[in-house]
Amino acid sequence: MADTAVAVPHGHHPAHEHHGPQGIWKYLWSTDHKMIAMQYMFTGMFMAVIGGFMAYVFRMQLAFPGVSVPGFGQVSPGEYNALITNHGSIMIFWVAMPVLIAAFGNYVIPLMIGADDMVFPRINRLSYQIFLLSVLVLLASFFVPGGGFGGAWTAYPPLSAVGEYNQTNLGSTLWLIAVILEFVAFLLGGINFITTLMNSRAPGMRAYDIPFVCWMIVIASILFMLSVGPLVAGAIMLLFDQTIGTGFYDPARGGDPILWQHLFWFFGHPEVYVVLLPAIGITVDIIATFARKKLFGYKLMLYTVIATGVLSFFVWAHHQFIAGIDPRMAHIFTVTTLLISVPIAELVFLIIATLYGGSITLSTPMLWALAFVAEFIIGGVTGIFLGASGADIYLHDTYFVLAHFHYTFFPIAIIGTFAGFTYWFPKMFGKMMDDTLGKIHFWGTVIPFNLIFIPLFVLGMGGQHRRIYNYEHFPELAGQGMYQLRQVATISLLVMLAFQLVFFYNCIKSWRSGPKAPKNPWLANTLEWTAESPPPHGNWPPDRMPKVYRGPYEYAHPDVAEDYWPQDQPA
Amino acid sequence: MSFAKPQATLRSVTGIPTGRLAIWWVLASEVVIFGGLLGSYLMHRIGHPEWADAAVHTNVWIGAFNTFVLLTSSFTAVLAHQAAETGDGKKAAKLLMLTIGGALTFLIVKSAEWTMEISHGYTITANTFWSFYYTAAGLHAMHVIAGAIIMGFVAFDAYRGRELQRVELIGIYWHFVDVVWIFLFPLLYIAK
Repeated sequence: MADTAVAVPHGHHPAHEHHGPQGIWKYLWSTDHKMIAMQYMFTGMFMAVIGGFMAYVFRMQLAFPGVSVPGFGQVSPGEYNALITNHGSIMIFWVAMPVLIAAFGNYVIPLMIGADDMVFPRINRLSYQIFLLSVLVLLASFFVPGGGFGGAWTAYPPLSAVGEYNQTNLGSTLWLIAVILEFVAFLLGGINFITTLMNSRAPGMRAYDIPFVCWMIVIASILFMLSVGPLVAGAIMLLFDQTIGTGFYDPARGGDPILWQHLFWFFGHPEVYVVLLPAIGITVDIIATFARKKLFGYKLMLYTVIATGVLSFFVWAHHQFIAGIDPRMAHIFTVTTLLISVPIAELVFLIIATLYGGSITLSTPMLWALAFVAEFIIGGVTGIFLGASGADIYLHDTYFVLAHFHYTFFPIAIIGTFAGFTYWFPKMFGKMMDDTLGKIHFWGTVIPFNLIFIPLFVLGMGGQHRRIYNYEHFPELAGQGMYQLRQVATISLLVMLAFQLVFFYNCIKSWRSGPKAPKNPWLANTLEWTAESPPPHGNWPPDRMPKVYRGPYEYAHPDVAEDYWPQDQPA
Repeated sequence: MSFAKPQATLRSVTGIPTGRLAIWWVLASEVVIFGGLLGSYLMHRIGHPEWADAAVHTNVWIGAFNTFVLLTSSFTAVLAHQAAETGDGKKAAKLLMLTIGGALTFLIVKSAEWTMEISHGYTITANTFWSFYYTAAGLHAMHVIAGAIIMGFVAFDAYRGRELQRVELIGIYWHFVDVVWIFLFPLLYIAK
C-alpha cells in the first residue's frame, strides 16, 4: 500500500474518497484533518455552552443567595460545589484545550505548512474519539447518585480522595477517569502535531518560514507532553486512593497530600502556557496580516516563547505558598515566577513594535487580537502580586486570584478563539462573516467581561474568600457594598452571555447566506489562503502541492508592487 | 479497510522517517509518566526508612529471572530488526513471535509472584510501599501487554512482507519497556 502511494500519490481520485465512509459516517468517521478540527471545534463550543451555563447558575446564587435560578432552581451547597468544580474543569480541559490546540492545530497546521493531511490521520481520528469518550464520561458524572464531582478542579486530597469528605463518591471517580482520557487524547494529538510540523513541511519551508501559530501550537504540545506525565501517574494514584483504598495521599498511612499538589501544579502551571501559546500565535498572525507589516523580531519572539516555556517548569510551587512550604523555597519560586514576566513582556513589546507604523485595518479578527493583548496584560500584571510570596499570603484563595486567572484564561480561551474563528471562518466555511454583527458581538463581549472581573478584583482585595456558597453566613463579607459589587459582576455576566446569541446568529446567517469567500479574503501570505475556500479533501490537487519561497510575513515589501507577497509565489 | 497514506506521511523534512520520529516522542511522553511515578516513590522511600521492612518480602530471584527474560526478548527484537532491514519479513516475524514469548513468560512469572505475595497478605492496600510496588509494576505490565499485542499485528504484517519499517519501531518501544524494568528492579526488589 505504502509503495503504491509513493509512486502515484493519490492519483486523481484519492483512495479514501472512493472507499471512504459515506453519509453521516463521513462526518463521524473521517480522517480528514479539517473534519476532525470541526469535530473538536463544535464539541468544544458545546462544552463552552455548558460551562457558561454553570457560571450563570453559581453567579446568580452568589449575587442573590437563595434565589430560585431560572432554568436551574434552588442551588444546594452540594450542587454549588459541583458547579464550580465542573465549570473550571470544563473550561480548561474541554474548551480551551480542544478548541485552541486541537481544533485550530488540526485545521491550520497541515494547511499552513502545505501538507495534504496530518502524518497519522487515523491516530488523529482516534484522538478525537478518545476525547469524545472523555466528554461523555464527564457528562455522565453529573447524573450519578451524589451528582458531579465537588472537590474543586484542582482536586486536592484528602477532599478529592475520600468520599465522605466530598460527598460525590461516584462523581469524583468518573471526573478523574474523564480527565485521564482527555490527557491520553491530547498526547496522541500532540505527537501528531509535532511530527507533522517537523517532517511534512512543503518543499522550501525552512524552520523560520513556518507561520508563527504553527510553532506555537507545536511548542504548546511539547510543553503539555513534558508536564502532564507526572500528573497521569498522580491521577492513577488518586484513582486507587478513591476506589481501592490505597493511601498514597494519606499521611496516616505513609502517604502525603502535598505530593498531589506538586504533581498537579507541575502540570497545572505549564498548562497555562499550553493554552496561552496557541492564542498568542493566532494573535500574532492576525496582527501581522491586518497591520500589513512584517512581524517585528520573528526569531526573538520565538526565543522568548521558548524561554517562557522552559521557565514555566520551575514556577509551580507559587500555587502552594500557604501549603506549609519552606520560606526559603518560597523565595526561589518567587524569583522564578517574577522572571517569567520578562519574556512575556518582551513578547508584548514585539507585538506593539509590529503594530507601530503599520497600516491597520480594524476588522473583527483584528479587534479580537488587539483585545487579547490588552486584556492579557492586565492578567499578567496582576499575576505579579500573586507570584510574590508575601503578597500571596494575603491574597491566596480570594477573588483576587480568581479575577487574575480569568483575566488570563478569558483572553486566551474566549478572545483568542473568537480571533482565530473569525479570521479563518471564510476558509473553514467558504463564506464571509458579517462584520457589523461581528463588531457588535465583540464589544458586547469585551466590555461586560471587564465589568465582571474588575469588581471581583476589588472584592478579593477586600478579603472575599473563594469557594463560599453563601456569604450571608459571613457577616464581615455580607455588607451592602460587597453585595452590590457581586451583583454588578453577575448582571455583566448575563449581558455577556446574551451577546453570545449574536455570535451564533452571525455564524448561522453567514454560513447560510453570507457572500461567498474568495481564496484569500484578507490578502494574507500564508499557504492556507492559496487553497480553495473551503479546501477540498487533500487541500490542494495532489500534483500541485505548494512550494515555499519566503517567510510568512512579507507584507509591504519594497521589491513587489502589491503590499503582500505570498509564500508560494516564485521570486 | 484500505487506507491510502497522505503525502504528509511520506515526507521527511528532518531526514528521520516519520514513524521513528513519532515513536521517540511517544517514549518522551512515557518517560515523564514513569518519571513522575518513580520520582514520587523515591521521595517517599527516602522519607520512610521503615519501608525497608516491607521491601524485604519482595523476591529478588524472581525479579532477576524476569529481568533476564526481558533482556533476552529485547535481544530477539534486535535480531528481528536486523532481519527486517535485509527484507526478510518471515524471519523478522518469527523473531518477533519469540519476543512475544518472552513477554508472556514475563507476565506468567509475574502473576505467579503476585499470587504468592497476595496470599501472604501483601496486597496493594497493605501499606504505601506495596501500593507503589503494585502500581509501578502494574503500569509496567500494562506496557508489556500492549507491546505484545501490537507486536502480534506487526509480525502478522511482516510475515507477508508489509510495513517492515514497523519492526524497528516496535523494537524501539520494546527496549523502552525493558529500560523501565531496569529501573524498577533495583528500586522495588534490590533496595532493602
